[in-house]
Amino acid sequence: MNMIRSHILVCTGTGCSSSDSPKIIAEFERQLLEHGMDREAKVVRTGCFGLCALGPIVTVYPEGACYTHVTVDDVAEIVSEHIVKGRIVKRLLHKGDEDQGPVTSLAETQFYKHQKRIALRNCGVINPESIDEYIGVDGYAALGRILTEQIPPQQVIDTVKASGLRGRGGAGFPTGQKWQFTYDAVSPDGVKFVCCNADEGDPGAFMDRSVLEGDPHSVIEAMTIAGYAVGAHQGYIYVRAEYPIAVKRLETAIQQAKEYGLLGSNIFESGFDFDLELRLGAGAFVCGEETALMRSIEGMRGEPKTRPPFPAVKGLFDRPTLLNNVETYANITWIFNNGADKFAAIGTEKSKGTKVFALGGKITNTGLVEIPMGTTLRTVVEDIGGGVPNGKKFKAAQTGGPSGGCIPASLIDTPIDYESLGAIGSMMGSGGLIIMDEDNCMVDIAKFFLEFIVDESCGKCSPCRIGTKRLLGLLNKICEGNGEPEDLDALEELCEHIKQSALCGLGQTAPNPVLSTLKHFRDEYEAHVYEKRCPAGVCKALIRYTVDPVKCKGCTRCARSCPTGAIEGAVRAPHTINQSKCIKCGACMDQCRFDAIQKQ
Amino acid sequence: MKSLAELQAIRDRMQKQIDLRDAGDDRIRVVVGMATCGIAAGARPVLAAFLEEVEKRGLKNISVSQTGCIGVCRLEPIVEVYVPGQEKVTYVKMTADKVPGIVSEHLVNGRVVTELTIGAAE
Repeated sequence: MNMIRSHILVCTGTGCSSSDSPKIIAEFERQLLEHGMDREAKVVRTGCFGLCALGPIVTVYPEGACYTHVTVDDVAEIVSEHIVKGRIVKRLLHKGDEDQGPVTSLAETQFYKHQKRIALRNCGVINPESIDEYIGVDGYAALGRILTEQIPPQQVIDTVKASGLRGRGGAGFPTGQKWQFTYDAVSPDGVKFVCCNADEGDPGAFMDRSVLEGDPHSVIEAMTIAGYAVGAHQGYIYVRAEYPIAVKRLETAIQQAKEYGLLGSNIFESGFDFDLELRLGAGAFVCGEETALMRSIEGMRGEPKTRPPFPAVKGLFDRPTLLNNVETYANITWIFNNGADKFAAIGTEKSKGTKVFALGGKITNTGLVEIPMGTTLRTVVEDIGGGVPNGKKFKAAQTGGPSGGCIPASLIDTPIDYESLGAIGSMMGSGGLIIMDEDNCMVDIAKFFLEFIVDESCGKCSPCRIGTKRLLGLLNKICEGNGEPEDLDALEELCEHIKQSALCGLGQTAPNPVLSTLKHFRDEYEAHVYEKRCPAGVCKALIRYTVDPVKCKGCTRCARSCPTGAIEGAVRAPHTINQSKCIKCGACMDQCRFDAIQKQ
Repeated sequence: MKSLAELQAIRDRMQKQIDLRDAGDDRIRVVVGMATCGIAAGARPVLAAFLEEVEKRGLKNISVSQTGCIGVCRLEPIVEVYVPGQEKVTYVKMTADKVPGIVSEHLVNGRVVTELTIGAAE
């Protein structure tokens, strides 16, 4: 008989892998063998649980005990106490929230309570490298039903339309309509393509990565359904080469699907053929733009083209092509298994379903969250995210990466959906959500994203190639304390020009970080320009470190830590900082025990 | 994959395994005392019998796990059954052949097998 009575789930997403989860797995397997438990308990490698800040995470079932920050040394105790004796190791349990005390199950935590997992439904639950486990959670059932019952493609498309699903890559185009356009388009030789955009390039975003790492089969199944619906027999997944774990799991998953006959010819004996191939991107941000992505798959230089014609009419190899993002596909099979109406019941009037966000920056619970559309930013930051750490004040949230904008603290009650975010000058974007506190300078943030854009601009059109470079020039000038009043107007004017004249989405949205910070934090720009002061104390040219002679005890600690020898003074006498030598690294401030170093 | 039936077969087989990973509050918990005293008195075959019986009957929503010594070593092997919303029931001096009866009476039909409980033994 099958004696397995306990499953030990270990996260093997990128976050936990880099904090040694592979070694933890090896140690579990060794310890189980040593205790003769290898036939009673099984180690399961899963995708991301979402609570990356607490990794590596190990969950032991049937008790559902969630252990956080597990180290290789803890494994022996978990095996001998929990697995052998059935006693939960309380010391390692997730601490939960302050008033709650340690919790056994993750589902009870504030972090998960407000979430609704659809795209991430299998992440952290199944082993992504086992097609059987995916089938065990109703995987490939939707595809099987559609193909064996020969549901007409139009009906499949209508279901997607009825769900109200919109593209999760950023712009939010209705997915069903996209499928319809590709279905309606006539191909000269009957060939059409289905593509998946897994070129997630926004700084700080890792939603698609986690879906691919935790549940690759859901994307494969959805793409096969899409192929059937629009009449395509070949699909491509364009994935970044910088995601080695995702690439490996996709390759494994495609191989398994082929062995089971769920990819290839005559799937479910329905006469429908569909095949999938991977294409690895070399890390160009612009290749996340749909036309550039297709050029790159064709083997050409990844540069955008003018639209129309849209890819649905003339895309990859000049054939009608359906391109959706990873997270969009991850929702598809759920819709077919649970009903379009159930999906449409979640969210707001125009934004249905859920959205995954990669929560990062100045936030306690860094990680991956999936929330129903319409959840307020406050819920995400304060309840799920656990607030800003170190008692600092929440200042702004940045959504949408380099194409998005900042949401100031005054708008923290904004519901998160496509329309509401657009209305306040930000955007949904692919799902990066970076939290900033009072120590972040908004001009510096705008500069950071502009630097990224200047680096990643493909150079094909001049508004983006030259315009963003000039924008960055202006921002640098302001941050260095050389800003003039007319620079602010010049910034705004240039932003508008780039927005209107750039060729592709990347260029058209590139000025957004500047525009939205100008709109919500104009006072900070003005402080830089008129008062030559950086209110957050970030821009080095505008800050000065000084020693308070009253507080300084002359302990020489700061002088010893200064890398440029800029601090002078005798022992037990107040020190001074030589401003011409100071590089404003802040090392002295970190070292001082008497709070005598001030930043102005 | 040629037919839905083939897919269904894999699904059924795997579902039972993955069902283990549902720690929902509405589950009936069967906990077998497996400290040294329990194991010495023969708790392991009892645990195996529970797992086997639950699997054979395809019962969902039941989790079988183990715990340490609860102090009445002389009555081991001890099995505790937690049905949500009801008082805990403790079965004592268990053997593997008593298991099918408890599963069908208590876990399936909700009737406590009184003669095997700690109350009857005392």
